[in-house]
Order: sequence, then structure tokens, then C-alpha cells
Amino acid sequence: MNQIPALIRVFAYLSILTVGGGMAAFPEMKVLTVDVHKWLTFPQLIHIYSVGQMAPGPNMMMIVVIGQWAGGVLGAIVTLIAFFGPTALLAFVIARAWRKLEKWPWRTSIQQGLAPVSIGLLLAGCFTMAKGAITGLETGAIAVATLLILLQYKINPALLVVAGAVVGLLSFLPK
Amino acid sequence: MSDTAARPALEIVDTKSPPASVSAWEIFLQFLIIGATSFGGVVPYLRDRLVVKSKWVDDKEFVEMLSISQSLPGLNATNMAVLVGEKLRGISGSIAGVLGMCLPGAVLMYAVGIFYHLHGDHPWSTAALKGVAAAAVGLILSTVVGLSKKALSHKFDFVFMAATVLAVNRLHWSVPRALVIVGILAILFHYPRKSENASETP
Repeated sequence: MNQIPALIRVFAYLSILTVGGGMAAFPEMKVLTVDVHKWLTFPQLIHIYSVGQMAPGPNMMMIVVIGQWAGGVLGAIVTLIAFFGPTALLAFVIARAWRKLEKWPWRTSIQQGLAPVSIGLLLAGCFTMAKGAITGLETGAIAVATLLILLQYKINPALLVVAGAVVGLLSFLPK
Repeated sequence: MSDTAARPALEIVDTKSPPASVSAWEIFLQFLIIGATSFGGVVPYLRDRLVVKSKWVDDKEFVEMLSISQSLPGLNATNMAVLVGEKLRGISGSIAGVLGMCLPGAVLMYAVGIFYHLHGDHPWSTAALKGVAAAAVGLILSTVVGLSKKALSHKFDFVFMAATVLAVNRLHWSVPRALVIVGILAILFHYPRKSENASETP
């Protein structure tokens, strides 16, 4: 059961969808990795995505875990390259062209037009995730508290994710 | 350690001339440090290393590169590594930047994957993970709010944003379909007007 070609196909495709952030690809990632290829379950996907928010660097490093579970070390490496390669190449090419287009009036239009769509994709990804992550009053309260604290105070978000783990332990640990 | 919550461009850093020549190894090392320390979002760490410490780019360039990174597919972290690497040393600089940026997080998550397989079913793990996942939802929502304040210039932008959410979550459109259809409508809505050229974003 060799999953390597499927990993390359899926993650190269997801790579292109990460407009405005990795979360934009989340709904599609759920369909492809959970429903179609069954590399992991939906709760597992939510777990590793969330744990990934505590890791430094690009915030979609959780894809390494999917690659590892589906295809071992090779799966992890292949997934990493498939996910970051295409967009890196695109950024390289565009970086040179975009500078020359500085005076092109549609450049601003494209930036202004893509902004609400990419924020919408982020929000859509968030709702997809909330369906699995917000299961009751306690989890809802943790999410709202995190949101309010981040809006009010300048605090490192990774710390709040750690705090979420502590609150989770206190509230959900079977007595 | 840097001030993690500092926003870029608080005090303007302006380097007169970029360093004459930076080796791919130095680029790799700087991004390796960013990749290993940037807990809770890469942007402040990027600015601290690239603008303040190494002075490879100045603030104006940094903001410009960031806006390109955000408009393109791909994550900010890796797109910035490509753009800065390209500026300093072309292709080899970009590759060095992306490798350094990704390596620490990838190794860490690989370890997480092993650990989760061994202990993911432990009641302690599931309890903590429930809390972590809920906090992550709050974190994403705060990003949505922050970005909306910064990037949405017109009231009608919220209609495009809502349309995108409905298309993906209710109509179950694929992301590319929603991106292309709503995206084109939004770009046409923001068609270049004469007056807007005067007030370009800095």
C-alpha cells in the first residue's frame, strides 16, 4: 500500500489553496486526507493542527505528521516538499515580476479584491474546524476566552494554546 | 529574545545599502534561528532578525515583501524566506531560507507525530488536546478580526468575505472555485479608479 504518489498529489494541490494562510486549505484538507484517503480521522486532524500552532516556524508543519502516518520518514519528507515546493517556486517567479508591475493599476485592485476572499477562506476553515473542536459549553468558553484575550492584550498566542491545554486537562480529565 | 508582540514598522529602520554579499549558509542560519524561535506567529520574529539584527532589508522593503507574501498562495513564513533569500542571493538564497525556516518545526512535528501515535489515546492527552483545539479556534478567529481591521478597505468587502464563507461551508464549493469566482468579482469591484492611484498603500 504505497501512499507516496497520493501524498504528493494531495499536498501539492493543497499547497496552491493556501491563499492568505494555511487555514484556507483546511476544508479541502479535511475532505482529502480524512474522507478520501483516510490517512487520519477528523478529531486527529484537529488535534495535530492545534498542536502545530504551538510549534515555531510556518504554522502548517502539522502536514509532516500526516505524511509520517501515511508513509513513514519518506512520506513526511515528500509531503513537506509537495506542500512547500510549488508555492515557493511561484513566490520566486512572482517576486521578480511583481516588482516590475509596481505601476500597473490592477495590482492594487488584485490586492484589495483578494483580501476579503482570503479572510473569508480563513473564516471558512475556522468554521470547519470549530465543527469538530467546539463540542460543548467548556470548549466554546475556551475559544471565546482565547479570542477575547487576544483582541484585548498583546500576548504570545502560543502561550494561550498552552493555557488551553491546561484548562482542557482540568475540565476534561476523567475523575 | 525579541519582543514577541511588537508590530513591524514601529520605529522605522532604514538601511542605506544592503550588505555586499551574504552567503547561502548565513541565510540558512538566520532563517534556522527564526524557524526555531518563532512561537506564536513568524512576522515579529522575521522583522527582528532581518530588519533590526542583520539589516538585510529595511522596513519599507519588509512591508512590501510581506504584502506580496500575503497576496500569494503559500504561507507567509516560507514566502518571506523565498523573497528575502531571492533578494540576497537568488535561487540558492531562496532555497537556503526555506530550508532553515522549515527544518526546526518539521523535526518537532515529526516527534509530535510519533508521540501522538504512542500516547494520543491517553485520557490526559485527549483532555489536553480538547482544550488546545478550542484555543486554536479562538486564535484563528482573532486572526480573522485582526486581518479584517487591517486589510478590508470597503464596507462591501464584508459581503465578499461572507460570500466566500457561504460558498465553502454551505454550498460546499471547492476552495479554488470559491477563490476564482468570488475573487474575480471582488477584483472587478475594486477596479482601478483614477483617484485610488493617488492614495497608494505605503
